[in-house]
Amino acid sequence: MLKRTHYLALAGVGLLTLALLNLPESLQTRVKSAIGASFLPLFGIRAASDALLDRAGYQVLPRSTLIDNLLRLERENAELRVTALQGADALAENQRLRATLGAAPRGPWHLKLARVVGRDPTTWWRTLQINLGSRDNLKPDHVVMSGAGLVGRISQAGLTHSQVALVGDAECGVAVVVKETRDLGIIKPGQTLLGDGGLVEMTLLQNCPGIMAGQVVLTSGLGGVFPAGLPVGTIVDTRNEDGNVFTTARVRLSANLNRLEEVWVLTP
Amino acid sequence: MNRFTRIFLFLAMWLSVFAQTQFQGLRDLVQVPIAISPALVSYAALTHGLGVTLSLGILGGLWVDSLSASPVGVSVLPLFLLGFTLHLQRHLILRDQGFAQFWVGLGAGAGVPLLTLGVLSLTRSQPVTGGFTVIHLLLLGMINGVACPFLFRMFDFLHRVFDYRPLTTSSFRPDRETVRGRQFRPR
Repeated sequence: MLKRTHYLALAGVGLLTLALLNLPESLQTRVKSAIGASFLPLFGIRAASDALLDRAGYQVLPRSTLIDNLLRLERENAELRVTALQGADALAENQRLRATLGAAPRGPWHLKLARVVGRDPTTWWRTLQINLGSRDNLKPDHVVMSGAGLVGRISQAGLTHSQVALVGDAECGVAVVVKETRDLGIIKPGQTLLGDGGLVEMTLLQNCPGIMAGQVVLTSGLGGVFPAGLPVGTIVDTRNEDGNVFTTARVRLSANLNRLEEVWVLTP
Repeated sequence: MNRFTRIFLFLAMWLSVFAQTQFQGLRDLVQVPIAISPALVSYAALTHGLGVTLSLGILGGLWVDSLSASPVGVSVLPLFLLGFTLHLQRHLILRDQGFAQFWVGLGAGAGVPLLTLGVLSLTRSQPVTGGFTVIHLLLLGMINGVACPFLFRMFDFLHRVFDYRPLTTSSFRPDRETVRGRQFRPR
């Protein structure tokens, strides 16, 4: 038998939920940031313990391993310098050609290294938290990458932390192009296989018989959020839908989204 | 239940929500985090008053939403409804029995995400769902089913440690003492 206090509690929580759900988006973000600030001490403890573990790891590593790593990195650095020189030459040529054609020049991207500090506590969103926020000049729609490929975009930027919507989330549709055939497509939200967050579905804008497994998928630059040419993944298999009007392909993402520890944020 | 147990209950909810975002758990295998907030609300509903259950449901929901991409407030109503229903029906539940705690946890673990998805469907959000969601819900139910008896034992232990022990009263009453007569006096 319900008492008066029970009715009051039900009505109170119902009204609170309605009020919160009907808040304007900007206010929702602020409320979230304010409530999420209660976890800042825990995020701080986690960062401090990570740093402590890293330092302890450095003490334990033998000198020979460190020297081997140093030599390997020096070799890689030399190779990358040569590649960067070639890239700079190509960039200068590209800018000259764009100027000749009258196209707007592409601004250089600045990279900011961010640490992944948390993942979404639910199963139906594909997001993660990074340790940079609006005080580090991060804004929504900034592109997030790992060394392997595209990771997603910033969906909410708090003061000290930001939320990244990963590729495959509803908040992160990506316009893509197949490198070999130049066919255009869109990465849709969804998981195609239980437990495999590394697979996403790509819908091509038309029936493309030339699409096959092993071809590389890049960002197309359409849509204005992601710059063109960022590696997204590799086609695993394809199928035709809606009376062969569209081709759908499963794409294995280049970046392992389950094992991300550090990511790069591209800021203009 | 004393004040310490209530503080530990809220502390456990705060830590469990943070842990949900930190530990890989079963994410690598099946994309499911170790989320025990429904089990905590179930424990609160079966052992504490409506005020504590209501507060825990609201705070837990807000904490989960603050770290997730869900609109803020989505998780509040499901957690509260779970606590409210269990609190009203707690005289019918064998709450001291391990198997009852397991089934309550299992139902709560699967029911709360299902209700949350229901509330989400009323908003403009587009959660990533599909056939795999059923398996996710079952796994979340199992996680909470296992966690619920464990939580009962843990909080019972904390209650024993931090609460005053009940005084044992003797059955001796001076006014009812049998006074032996002279004939029984030992010589």
